[in-house]
Order: sequence, then C-alpha cells, then structure tokens
Amino acid sequence: MSRLASLYQEMILSHNRSPQNFGDLDPHTHHSHGVNPVCGDDFHLYLFVEDNRVSKVSFKGQGCAISKASASILTETVLGKSIQEIIPIKDAFLKLISDTASTEEKAQLGKLKIFEGVKEFPVRVKCAALIWRALEDAISQQHGQISTE
Amino acid sequence: MSELTLRQEFPIFNAHPEIAYLDSAASTQKPRMVIDRIQGFYESEYATINRGLYELGYHATNNVAKTRDAVRHFIGAKDSKEIIFTSGTTAAINLVANSLSQGLLKPGQEILISQMEHHANIVPLQRACDQYQLRLKICPITSNGELDMDAFKALLGPQTGIVALTHISNVLGCITPIKTICHLAHEQGAYVLIDGAQAVAHVPVNVQEIDCDFYCFSSHKLYGPSGVGVLYGKANLLEAMPVYQSGGDMIETVSFEKTTYADLPNKFEAGTPPIAQIVGLGAAIEFVSQIGFDAIQAHDEAIQSYAYERLSQLKGIQIFGPTSNKSSLHSFVLKDAHPHDIATILDQSKVCIRAGHHCAQPLMSHYEVAAMARASYSVYNTSNDIDQLISALSQVIEVFQ
Repeated sequence: MSRLASLYQEMILSHNRSPQNFGDLDPHTHHSHGVNPVCGDDFHLYLFVEDNRVSKVSFKGQGCAISKASASILTETVLGKSIQEIIPIKDAFLKLISDTASTEEKAQLGKLKIFEGVKEFPVRVKCAALIWRALEDAISQQHGQISTE
Repeated sequence: MSELTLRQEFPIFNAHPEIAYLDSAASTQKPRMVIDRIQGFYESEYATINRGLYELGYHATNNVAKTRDAVRHFIGAKDSKEIIFTSGTTAAINLVANSLSQGLLKPGQEILISQMEHHANIVPLQRACDQYQLRLKICPITSNGELDMDAFKALLGPQTGIVALTHISNVLGCITPIKTICHLAHEQGAYVLIDGAQAVAHVPVNVQEIDCDFYCFSSHKLYGPSGVGVLYGKANLLEAMPVYQSGGDMIETVSFEKTTYADLPNKFEAGTPPIAQIVGLGAAIEFVSQIGFDAIQAHDEAIQSYAYERLSQLKGIQIFGPTSNKSSLHSFVLKDAHPHDIATILDQSKVCIRAGHHCAQPLMSHYEVAAMARASYSVYNTSNDIDQLISALSQVIEVFQ
C-alpha cells in the first residue's frame, strides 16, 4: 500500500463523509473544545457519563478528513466503556500515531489501528491526536479548551 | 510564449528536480546569484559596519550603503535615508504602528485597515489602538474580492489618522489602487502605510508616484534571504517620529544624563543589522532588475491565466478573488476535501502549496471557511508545474469523491 493509501484508507474516508455521533449533546457531563490553531481544526467533544460509563457521546465542529474521522471513530470507541477502560486506549492511540506504541498497546486498539499510517506524515499527527487530547481534557474534569500548539 | 525559463538559475531545483514549488507567496526560492553573493560576502568581505576603523569594515559599510541606494532606486524613493532596514515587513509595520501613533496621532483618531489584511497588518495596529487610545476601522471587500472603494470613501474622514492597506492581498491576489487611496487619504490628512510584501516581486513600485507615506516589504519574498526587510518612509515623517527600538547604532551621544539620537536612517536601526542578508537583498534586487518587470509581468500573466484555465475546470472547485487585475496566485477550496488533505496529497506528488488560514483569519471568517488552499506562482514556475498541480488535484478529487 502506498503511503497515501495507508493514510486515506476507505474507513477514514467513509467516517469523513458520514461522521458518527455528530452534533450537540445536551445535557452532558463532560465537555472539551479542541483547537489546532495552525490548520483551523476545531471540534467540541461531549460525553454523558452515568455509573462511570459513557452512555452518550457526540462531537461537532470542522476539520480535515483525518481529524474528523479520528473524532468519529473515537465516539464509537468510547461509547459504553468506563473511564478506566478508555484511558489506556487513549494512551495507546496517541503512541500509535507517534510511532512509539508497543505490540501489546497496538493489540488493544482494534480498528483504531487504521490510523497507524499517520505516523508517516509528521505534520498530520496533530490532526489525528486533536480529539483524543480533547477527550483527555474532558475526562480530567478540566472542562476547558485544549490547543495542539 | 511569454514564459520565462529561469528554473535552472535556482539550485534548489537541481537538488529536487521533481518539485513543483507553488508557495512563493509565502517565500520565494533563492537564485544562484543571491546564494553566491552571500557566500562570497561571508568568505571574503565580512565585517561589521558603521565603524570604519579598518578596510574590511569600511568595505562592508559601503556594501550596505550601496544596497540601501539600490533599494531606493528599486522603489523610486527620493533619498536613501528614507530606506530603513528592518527584519522584515512585520517589523516595519510594528515600527510605524508604534512610532507614528505615539508621535503624530492624537487619542480618538482612527486607523483604517481592511477585511483582507494579513495578521501582520492587523495586530500591530490593533495594539497601537489599545496603547494610544485610537480606534480601528475595517473597510469591507466587494463580492468580487477587492477593496470596496465606496465603503473606503465612506469610512475615511478627518478623524482618520492612518490608512494601512495591503498592496496585493496574499489570499485574493487583488491589486489595491494605492495611488487613488493615497490621494483620498491625504485629502483628509491621514498617513498611508502600504504593506508591499506580496507586491514587490510582481509589480514595479514607485513610492514617489504612489505618494504613500510608508511602504514596506520583505527580502525573502523577493528572492533574497530571510531576516531582512525594508521600511520606506517620507523623510519629514521619519524625522518627526519618535525613536522605536533603542540601543547601539541609533545614537549620536550617550551619557547617563541624556542621550541624543542619530540621523536617518540609523535613528531607526538599533543594533547590528543583518549585514550579509542586506547584501543578499542587494543581489536579489539586481536579479529582478536584470529580468525586468515587463518580462516578469508577461510571465506572471501567462502562468496565471493558464493556471486559471486549468483550475476552473476542476470538479467542485471554488476559486477566491477577482479574475482580472490580480497578481500571481489562486486560493481555492474543493468540495468535500479539506485544504490540509489537499496539501498532504499534493505533497506526495511533489507539489508544494500552502493550506490554512494564510494569516488572514478575518478574511477566512468573511468567506465562512476555516482554511483555503493556495497555489502561488513565481519567475521559476512553468506550465509544467501547473500540469503537475492539476494532475495531483485530480487525484485529490478521486480520493474524496
């Protein structure tokens, strides 16, 4: 597979075209706003956590195909999981795209592994990471805003 | 065919023959003539300037003085003391925004800019407004992507202290009628600052004919090195303005009781200047002068119209800015493909473009887009580069269809 084809895999393109869990979530228990000031990617992530599980999740905003697909797949991944289950996945994903993940860490990522191609494109790592940084911020109860710069 | 054949003059294309470099509005590549001049200067002529205690220093000082005069001639200024070397356009605008506002404006006066300015021609003026109790006014642009002259006339008045406008927009490519602007502004007693960063490599500039009060540009967009730029200012204004940065080289005498300042241009050149870069800028001006603006403009027109013809046929493209009276660039978006995805895919085909907000976020907001892709053209581009761009863009459309 060419570097380009490994970056823009069909699943990524399809989530870009038809993002899952896209829109507002009201009420929500957790929220963060992620901004990549250099390229203008700008997403809000909302979680509704009850009994320590994510029972509802959504995101809204705009950005490139990589950042949008990453957000869409994040929402599918965290739905129904506990915060304790989410944290190691988030950590493994951030390592995957910066090419520092171990085999064990990769093993727990499931379909998120399709983002591995991003590591070949250093300037795009931030695009894939943005929503996961927002997740990190939201579950740390900061309820704030994060920036990739 | 009016296309120039200067690609071989740029060593970067020997190192990367496959590259179509279409990001010259951000920074131009450097011709051998400039690279050789800088290398030669460091190898056999370098010393610091304005001391003259030994021959090497005397010659280096002369080289800088010669470049100052070359700049004066290049932009048609009356006197070389009106040419201030800065670190670039941004520094030049900061100098004027601060010193002019502080010295020659009164609280309550207005600074008039436009919707399409680069952040460098917004933020320093915004800060000057905060600092000196001035008010920032924004002139809109037309639906065609040009300065709205009716709105400009309506916004301009005796309350206007500074008009600060881009000569050529780095996003829209439109050419501002700066001579008319200066005439209208002067009727109201306002000073005019022109951001010429995008203009100097593409159109001939004569500041006396334009009658602007200040004009600035960067060397690195004019085939010269980065780290040096020019502020032109009318001598009587520069003389009346208070000093900006202070330190060595800009003084006449210093004592702990009282310091007196040097005359122009040194008054505004605190600290050791970028000496080799100034000399490199001199070589860049020589390079441009040897080609001549008639040939440059014919080349620009040939490349730009060919690019527009090809780009406008692409499925789902929206091109911003006017189609005529426009400089060498096209900013665009494609339906369904984000500009950063476009840039990444183009990079795989060795096509270098810019994608993002182009340091013009208020203009992005005006068009309700987060980002645009931009292809910009220069003397070394050929129609082959445009073909390479179009073929890579077709690939983008294929991926995102």
